[in-house]
This record gives sequence, C-alpha cells and structure tokens, in this order.
Amino acid sequence: MNRIDKTFKKLRAQNKKAFIPYVMAGDPSLEKSKETVLLFERSGADIVELGVPFSDPLADGPTIQRAAERALQAGVTLRKVIGLVRDIRPDCQIPLVLMTYYNPVFKYGVEGFVRDAVDAGVDGVIIPDLPPEEAGELRRYASATHLATIFLVAPTSTGERIKKIAGASTGFIYYVSITGITGSKLSLDSSIRESLSAIRGITKKPVAVGFGVSTPEEAKAVSESADGVIIGSAIVKKLHESPENLGKLMSELRRAI
Amino acid sequence: MPALRELEGVYLKSKTDREFQKELARLQMTYVGRPTPLYYAKRFTEHLGGAKIYLKREDLAHTGAHKINNALGQALIAKKMGKKRLIAETGAGQHGVATATGAALVGLECEIYMGSVDMKRQALNVFRMRLLGARVTEVPIGSRTLKDAINEALRDWTTNVQSTHYVLGTVFGPHPFPVMVRDFQAVIGREARKQILAAEGKLPGHLIACVGGGSNAMGLFYAFLDDGVKMVGVEAGGRGIAGGEHAARFAGGSLGVFQGTKTYLLQDEAGNVLGTHSVSAGLDYAAVGPEHPYLKDLGRVEYTYATDEEALSAFELLSRTEGIIPALESAHALAEAVKRAPKLARNEIIVVNLSGRGDKDVHQVAQIRGIEL
Repeated sequence: MNRIDKTFKKLRAQNKKAFIPYVMAGDPSLEKSKETVLLFERSGADIVELGVPFSDPLADGPTIQRAAERALQAGVTLRKVIGLVRDIRPDCQIPLVLMTYYNPVFKYGVEGFVRDAVDAGVDGVIIPDLPPEEAGELRRYASATHLATIFLVAPTSTGERIKKIAGASTGFIYYVSITGITGSKLSLDSSIRESLSAIRGITKKPVAVGFGVSTPEEAKAVSESADGVIIGSAIVKKLHESPENLGKLMSELRRAI
Repeated sequence: MPALRELEGVYLKSKTDREFQKELARLQMTYVGRPTPLYYAKRFTEHLGGAKIYLKREDLAHTGAHKINNALGQALIAKKMGKKRLIAETGAGQHGVATATGAALVGLECEIYMGSVDMKRQALNVFRMRLLGARVTEVPIGSRTLKDAINEALRDWTTNVQSTHYVLGTVFGPHPFPVMVRDFQAVIGREARKQILAAEGKLPGHLIACVGGGSNAMGLFYAFLDDGVKMVGVEAGGRGIAGGEHAARFAGGSLGVFQGTKTYLLQDEAGNVLGTHSVSAGLDYAAVGPEHPYLKDLGRVEYTYATDEEALSAFELLSRTEGIIPALESAHALAEAVKRAPKLARNEIIVVNLSGRGDKDVHQVAQIRGIEL
C-alpha cells in the first residue's frame, strides 16, 4: 500500500480530513523548498504537493505562474525536483506528490520518469493537462509501481466523465472547486457539496478539493464535505511576500481542516 | 474535455447542415469578398527571371488577411451553440481583428488576448480591434507574445466555458481545432485550384506559404494534397537558427506536447518552451499545427525558413515591382519564391499564398530601416 492510501485510511478511521499544502519547488531555491516541506510536515500537513516549474502553466493563476518563473530562473527542472524529493525523503514521512505539466514528463521519457520518481520516494503525480484518454503510457508504467496517478474532476464534468476519471485515478481524486485557474476566488455556495456528493455516488476513492481555497474559513467549509483540502496560491503568496508568517498561516489552516 | 466534445459535435453537424453552409457561403461572398483573386505577378516574375509567380490574394479578403475565413466560420458555430462571448489570442493582430469583426457581425461580446510585445509592434491592429468593439487585454507574462496570449485565452476559456467560445486562430490546439480551422481555411486552396486551371490549363508545380501556426498553409495545401504539386512551408528564420533567435520549429525543434497538441516544439532539455524571435509577430511562435509534422513525415510537404532580412527584402521587392505591400508573415513565403523562381524554367508555375496585407507592418519596417514617421 502506498503512503497516500495509508494516509487516507488512517484519517478516515479517525474521522479527519487531509491538509494538503502546495509549494513550487525551487521558489526561490531548492534548499528553501526542502525547509518548507519539512515545515509543512511539522505543521501537521498530511500530504505535500510539490509544484514542478514549467514555462507555460496553463492551469495556474498569476501567483503560481510567477513562482514558476522564479523557479525556472533558479534553473530548476523536473530532474532537479525529483532530486529534491530524494534529498528530503530520509527526513520526511508524509506522502509527496508532484504537480507537473505533461511536456516535462514527455521530454524526460515517461518510463524513466516513473522509475526515477518512485526510486526517489515520490508517491503520486498530478498532471493537469493530461486527460485520462491520453494517459495510457503513464498509467501503464505507474501501475507496476506504487506511484499514484491523480486526475482532475471539474465542476463541468458529467457523470460519465467522473466515472472515467475516478477509474483512472489512484491515491485520490482531485476535485477542481471552480471552473478556472489556481488562485481564483472561490464561492462557498452549495455547489461544491452537491458536486462532491455526486462524485461519492460514483466512487469510494478519496476526493481532495483544490483551486481557489485560500483562507482558513474556506478550508473549513470545504473540509466538511471533502476528504482533503489542497491549498496552493495562498501559501505560495505568503512564502514569497512574508515568509516569516508562513508558520502562522499553516497552523491556522491546520486547525481549520 | 466536455467543451471540446460539444464543439466537435456541433462542428461535425454543421458540415452537413445545408442552412449553415448556405449562410457561410453567402457571407464569404457578400461580406468577406470571396473568391479572392489569383493574380499573375508579371513584374515580380520578370524581375526574378524564372518560374511564373501567381499570388493568391488573401490580402484582399475583408480585414486584410485569410484569418477572417476561420473567424467567421467559428463565430457562426458559436452562435449556433448559443454562446454569448467570443475570445481569441492574437499575435500580429490579424486574427484578433478578424474575431472582433466576426463578433460584431453576429452580435457577440468579444475579448482578445495579446502579448505586451506584440501590442507594441502592432499598435494599429490594437486600435482596430477596439474600434470594432472588442476588449483587448494585455498579457504581460512569459515571453509576452503569441504563445502567452494562447495560454491566457485558454485560462479564460476554462473559467468561462459555459458562456464563451474560444476562437483559436490557427490549426493548433486540442482536437477539433486543427481540423475545424483547416476546413474553414481550405476554401483558399479550392479556389486557387480552380483559378489556376482556368488561367493556365494546368496545375502549378509549386505552392508556397508561410507557416506560423500553419493555417494559411493548410488552407492553400489541402485541396492539392492528392495532386503531384510540390509544396513548401516557410517558417521564420529570425536572426538565424540559434536558441531564442528564430521560430523555425522544423529546423530547431523536437517532438513535444503543448497547449493540447503533440507536435514539433522549440524547447529546452527540461521540456520548457523556448523563447522565439521573428520580425513577424504572426510567425513568432514556438510550436506548429500538428498536421504539418504529419505532412513533413510523409514527405508530402517540404519545410524551410526565411530570415528576417530575407523577408524584409521580399517585402520591399513586391511593394516596388507590383504595388502590393505584403504582410511580413507573407513576405517569408515570397522570400522563398525569390530563392526558388530563378532556378526554375519560365513555363513552371509557382502559387504563393499572399496571406495578408502589410499596412499593419509599415510602422515597424520604417523603424527597422531607421526611418522616422
């Protein structure tokens, strides 16, 4: 059983929800990212999402776009992010999930990527521009290992599509809480709860919600119906603008979820 | 994915919908001004002293470029889908102008994304779009050119997918865009084929078109694919084939997956998309429509490039010898004709797609030549 499955099993038994913070690897440096991941773990994060910088991050809003630009300027590549995980692994017990676009994986070679990522201690991968229809090669290699392939469900996904995405997903399913890009404004109406209950009618796999969750209040509201809450832009912003206050934000979020 | 599926469904239906096709044909004739002429460029030909050169005059289409063929088609599709808003990316501004025009024609809201670099070098087109009632939104991130405008348009589309149709301007992006845009542009080649047969009683030996995303080239080539006609696509060689100095994907690129398409891409070892340079904003793009690599691998189309300087010379030569100021994009195709025609016999025929007119480029050319206006 991989670390992600174990984590959700444990949380479900305790009736708790997963807190999943995000950091762009290499923003502003890989050494700093290592410290940040360890801070996340100390602050009670259950899973960490590590962003891989890409020149054209289609699913991301301005906050993460800029973080990616900074990381690219620091010379960070997918290979180096895998190296970062290898470096962190001995000190870190929680699951580490890469969020990357497909072209860096394609250029790396899918087979080599899966082999090296698993070997370094990566537990899962999220590729927002890779729909399950095009993910045959990745899933084939990943299924021979413990690497989870996490696909995204959108508010516009139909029941048939949710079934397909759920079928292809391992570890958890990523529910995108808004139609749009990361860091957008979330509206806390009943639609997230309704969508999640529709997803639960189709699959038993854990569902984590991300894109647009930024405050402890929003995190609390979302965690009432989700298995996990992913927080990216708000943390990336804090880390860039006032890193000394990141610890405080982390404990507030942890308490809320 | 659901939006792409919906689009594919509506598009496929429109192909056999007689009312839709009748309306499209009527607007192509009465609004766009089709068929555009196929013009024998006698003095240009004589100056080069070889093959006869014909120009397919897409520069005479309404709004001044071939882009209107696709924008009009997609505006009608969007209307059919009940969308309220059109968005588009633009590089040179021609597709933005065409989309703003299509939106005005069918009565839809319109927003155009354009990189800050391109807004500066194509200021005239920015103003044209605003005159046409469109909102022009600057994209100040990444390389600040066409690829970043596409990223931003895709972000808008995922956010507003229910109300909005994304009028992608070239044979790129996820299916069905490459096929749909090609089909709307294929009218260029269908007309040219008939016109050259009427004028010369035979097919041309060569077709030449510039290739940015590749829509004017696909539009010209498509009707001739089964004929034995040689076809040449001309990419932007910029300041030469070194990283960041050009946009010749076939000369310096490799296979990648970008903006929903698997194709030739200018990228670094880590799979990040490289910056590009071309004097022509419309060709200044790191990837190419996926049907072009397919045709290249089949050996059906040959791809080459013209440098900024070669394109500028061809721009000036056509202006002087024919009284036609071509778009800098189209000048890349003309530059290839300049190289090729003198080596061919006088009874050979070349058809060049004159994909757009050069009014938009006059300021920039003056600046490059050190002339203050």
